[in-house]
Amino acid sequence: MAVVFNKTQGLTEKEFHYCPGCTHGIIHRITAEVLEELGVLGDAIGVAPVGCSVLAYDYFNCDMNEAAHGRAPAVATGIKRALPDKVVFTYQGDGDLASIGAAEVVHAAHRGEKITTIFVNNAIYGMTGGQMAPTTLVGQKATTAPYGRDESLCGQPLKVSEMLATINGAAFVERVAVDTPANIRKAKKAIKKAFECQLEGKGYAIVEVLSTCPTNWGMTPVDAISWLQENMMPYYPMGNLRNPWEVE
Amino acid sequence: MAKAKGKVTFDEARCKGCGLCVTVCPVGIIKLDTSRINVKGYHPATVDEMDKCIGCANCATMCPDVIISVERE
Repeated sequence: MAVVFNKTQGLTEKEFHYCPGCTHGIIHRITAEVLEELGVLGDAIGVAPVGCSVLAYDYFNCDMNEAAHGRAPAVATGIKRALPDKVVFTYQGDGDLASIGAAEVVHAAHRGEKITTIFVNNAIYGMTGGQMAPTTLVGQKATTAPYGRDESLCGQPLKVSEMLATINGAAFVERVAVDTPANIRKAKKAIKKAFECQLEGKGYAIVEVLSTCPTNWGMTPVDAISWLQENMMPYYPMGNLRNPWEVE
Repeated sequence: MAKAKGKVTFDEARCKGCGLCVTVCPVGIIKLDTSRINVKGYHPATVDEMDKCIGCANCATMCPDVIISVERE
């Protein structure tokens, strides 16, 4: 028998600390597989965020750096400018990127920094205990919104990909999900393109990945996947928003 | 046409019993073994009828903890 699926070299042997059913693990794996397939593991430098994935530097089998909350694109900018031959990426959650780090990501995209961002959107602050994030859906309950997000008080959830797609420096913007094996394969393709965008020097690339948080949503992992499909996907439509190769 | 034959291996000690692999198996042979508890304190995912496995790797694609490896003939 031939091995058709084995753990990628892009991940270390360390066990993920994530809760059961947390899709961070899937996104870690496909990102690491892309780095391995592109043959850039030895040249890759990742920047970990603050949030559940704060320990991502333990899991990726490449050079990693840790940034202050939300500042991963600023740290990645410095690394890429000092070492332009390296493949630099940030891995950030929605509490990190869409809230405290909104300015950093907008300006990194605006400057057209040749870095790649993996943006994990699970519509909640995970590590700190399920507080409302900018991406929390209207009506969705969180510890700081016990009756659900009130639109008149907190506004509508922020669509980060659509916002960044209005910036010319953002060369590649795509939203994907990891709810089914088919969508996971599509997500991996998008992440691969986002790294190719950087390798070809086209500009800033970001992939928004719709993800689950079973623990803070208060659901089983299987129910959380259904909730993502029924509630998040209609508000955050999947698809490519910017593509540097679309002229072909 | 002969059906594809596959074999999946679980690193049971690292399984967190989330059950996502159970939902994506097209032949429905994966289950959480409620008669056992692994070192982490979860019911690990397991397969009893391995001869039905087609080696599609859906379970391994979905597994958040990357504990499944798949072989195919």
